Amino acid sequence: MQFTSFSDFIAMGGYGFYVWLSFGVSALLIFILIINSLLGHKSVIQNIAARQKREDKLRQVRKQRAEANAPAMQSPVSIPTSTEINS
Amino acid sequence: MWKWLHPYADPEVSYHFTGRLLPWLSGLTLILLTIGLIWALGFAPADYQQGDSFRIFYIHVPAASLSMGIYLGMAIAAFTSMVWQLKLADASAAAMAPVGAVFTAIALFTGAAWGKPMWGTWWIWDARLTSELILLFLYLGVIALHNAFEDKNLAGKAAGILTLVGVINLPIIKYSVEWWNTLHQGATVSNLGKPSMSIEMIWPFIFCFSGFAFLVAMVICIRFRSEILARNSIRPWVRSLVIEHISAQSSTTTPSKENS
Repeated sequence: MQFTSFSDFIAMGGYGFYVWLSFGVSALLIFILIINSLLGHKSVIQNIAARQKREDKLRQVRKQRAEANAPAMQSPVSIPTSTEINS
Repeated sequence: MWKWLHPYADPEVSYHFTGRLLPWLSGLTLILLTIGLIWALGFAPADYQQGDSFRIFYIHVPAASLSMGIYLGMAIAAFTSMVWQLKLADASAAAMAPVGAVFTAIALFTGAAWGKPMWGTWWIWDARLTSELILLFLYLGVIALHNAFEDKNLAGKAAGILTLVGVINLPIIKYSVEWWNTLHQGATVSNLGKPSMSIEMIWPFIFCFSGFAFLVAMVICIRFRSEILARNSIRPWVRSLVIEHISAQSSTTTPSKENS
């Protein structure tokens, strides 16, 4: 151990402010980077899940409309395409 | 060797491979950095000239050399993607850029906080400092280009060209302390023949450096996996993986609902 007391350790031979500033800011930046990366992975999965849900729902609606329109042959109601529903 | 490497070009295989790698990388990071930082802060001897401000060295130098190393890795990935049209290479380059930017920022900041007590100034337009600042701007440009296009192939191509052009900056950073008269000191560690450091300073440095290196590898792996998922979102394996993930999550948060 290079330091005799805890206050000695914090003081860093008079350079305490610069040493702890460097270590603190570096730790903060790395912490933010790790959290951002982990949250990014989660949000990618959630985005894909949300899109899948939307697509499943669209498919269901389209199927229902097709069934509803089937008895009335040549009904004027057109089945919306995916781009129409999305917009 | 190519036959052995080939399966790793498959996104699904890479995704699971990096997933298995992650616990090892994070464990090694934790162990090495804990030992290294405690050693560097409390037990390494103070420099005879710079006193305890020398302890900044244990973050500054690993961060600076990793910032260049990551750029080199990104450039190799960009080159690979351009020549062999390997989509995974683009994903890895996109994963590396933010990590490199953060380590460049750390190198610059710790350099400033070290320069203030030693040189009397936070910043000076010195060759080493300026070229490292340009490296930060290169990283930010690459990140911006990766996010600027909806089409990820196009984005990868644009960012790849910038990456490859920017490689010229690496030797400039490396040799800036020799080519120009600068305030920044020359190489301390990399003189492997006769390192100009005492052995009591080298060991904590090795621990810190390898700790940071594994940290970089770990974060790149995490980001690489996100990139793979985002770029392969319509593939069946990603769909089933997402469904599995979401159902596992909902079963832990709401155990009463079974039919969700």
